Amino acid sequence: MANIAPSALRQASRLASKPSLAAAPRRSVPTLPRALPVNARAACKRCYVTQTKPDHAQVQVDTAIRLDRAALEKAGATLETTQTGSTQHVSPMADVLKQAVKLDEGQRPIYLDMQATTPVDPRVLDAMLPYYSGVFGNPHSRTHAYGWESEHAVEQAREYIAKLIGADAKEIIFTSGATESNNMSIKGVARFFGRSGKKKHIITSQTEHKCVLDSCRTLQDEGFDVTYLPVNNNGLIDLEKLKEAITPETALVSIMAVNNEIGVIQPLAEIGKICREKKVFFHTDAAQAVGKIPLDVNAMNVDLMSISSHKIYGPKGIGACYVRRRPRVRLEPLISGGGQERGLRSGTLAPALVVGFGEACRIAAEEIEYDHKRVKSLSDRLLNGLLSMEHTNQNGDPDHFYPGCVNVSFAYVEGESLLMALKDIALSSGSACTSASLEPSYVLRALGNSDENAHSSIRFGIGRFTTEAEIDYVLKAVKERVGFLRELSPLWELVQEGVDLNTIEWTQH
Amino acid sequence: MSAAQVAAKPESAQRVLSLYRQLLRQGSQFSAYNFREYARRRTRDAFRENKAVQDEQKVKELVQKGQKELQMLKRQTVISQFYEMNRLVVEGGISGKDEAGHGETTRQKDTGWD
Repeated sequence: MANIAPSALRQASRLASKPSLAAAPRRSVPTLPRALPVNARAACKRCYVTQTKPDHAQVQVDTAIRLDRAALEKAGATLETTQTGSTQHVSPMADVLKQAVKLDEGQRPIYLDMQATTPVDPRVLDAMLPYYSGVFGNPHSRTHAYGWESEHAVEQAREYIAKLIGADAKEIIFTSGATESNNMSIKGVARFFGRSGKKKHIITSQTEHKCVLDSCRTLQDEGFDVTYLPVNNNGLIDLEKLKEAITPETALVSIMAVNNEIGVIQPLAEIGKICREKKVFFHTDAAQAVGKIPLDVNAMNVDLMSISSHKIYGPKGIGACYVRRRPRVRLEPLISGGGQERGLRSGTLAPALVVGFGEACRIAAEEIEYDHKRVKSLSDRLLNGLLSMEHTNQNGDPDHFYPGCVNVSFAYVEGESLLMALKDIALSSGSACTSASLEPSYVLRALGNSDENAHSSIRFGIGRFTTEAEIDYVLKAVKERVGFLRELSPLWELVQEGVDLNTIEWTQH
Repeated sequence: MSAAQVAAKPESAQRVLSLYRQLLRQGSQFSAYNFREYARRRTRDAFRENKAVQDEQKVKELVQKGQKELQMLKRQTVISQFYEMNRLVVEGGISGKDEAGHGETTRQKDTGWD
């Protein structure tokens, strides 16, 4: 196995690195290789022997390629069944066919929704692949080498994650994602301390992610008191109000680090200090913050922290929860079982995902400065361009926000119709969880924005792989389409005539 | 690489330059636009950032890191070419339309309004 893999790789890379050589004979008969795979796929779906036809003999490709093509075609056939909507998948034959006919241009939209998820970094995938192709041991198997090598990789990954947030490796609990981490932290702490009947109060804010709010709602049904702190109209919470809200009954304060819709950064250090003084546990949902802004759980007095892998260019399906050991935070586990992960989250770990997550954290720690500088410059470019248009404004605090999340309102344009018009750009008006409904974002409503304003907001997410050309394209497209939609709008016409829309009395019906 | 080092160890300077060129070339083999651009930009910026490094040991470490990245790029670019997606709207220039290269056919499609 160990010998086959590198040689297969070498063969494949040789193939890929010499496209001109392989393509040379094909260029003389450009139509043939294009027609062939389609026929072949249709005709020999179930036959393993190549048909003998005069056409086939004319294709002059050396055997190594042909052998590879069959394999590729098989892969292509399975892949095509999973294709959906706009993400049209060109068959893996594309690189072979590219010499003959160039691919259709301008099909795939630009991705500017980095708050929803991020692409997997090739470096992360590279670290993960061995754990999908050869190393398959159960990391909890203590009796054989297969288990040990997986365990070693998992512990290494745990270290990388801990290092990124300034924690100890033993304080990292792997979960399926930030949603599970949030559920585990909030319900776990509340239920553990609620058992005595004394600590039955939780504080959170109105702009939290849905999974935090929903966990609190569940606890309310179980008899807990929940305070939903209001936010100022810049999106930041009021520290004085937080101080007032904490009572001797309070068990937990849960405030997110970076908001997923407007990108504001809450003053974690100050909140942590208040919580430590009042001896209340502090949980923060840092899914959008880890690896993007510097975080230190000890400096910020964070007791519990939720981390997600797929927001930092790692694989989906894994996350982590930081649970402080000194002073110890005690939780009631949501999932019981074999007692893995300090008994807080039983179930076998997925070594490949864990390794990918760890690698993503290692890269994030290494690149945090470079990425931040880059994202900042792109964000400034985008924001300046968008705000130079008339009747636009940025949502959230302009000074305390993560530059990778730019939320802008375009007055007199319906956000959803603008999203439809911007089909060549993958954007969202709010979090992905609520993108299916047409309701205005509750986060923007919590900032005190009007319904119209909340409806006309769009979130732009910039990440590690965004380029300048994409930003320029987006600016140009947004300017064109917003102008077009406003031309259609009767409201815009009234505004241009100088009518104040608030003075109009709309007829009731 | 600084001038002093070039004089002291010319073959090392050449190796570093060769590594740089290899990284750039391999990076541009990514079929995904964003990864391709990132690989080229990151390589360029990393080499520029470290161009004044004098310490022998440090140079060695950096070269080793570069070699590792090159191996990774070789593997990942192949994978990227296996699973090729459609091209992005920006790749054909600001209009989203492709310019015909030498001996290539071009199809144009208006995006966004259909």
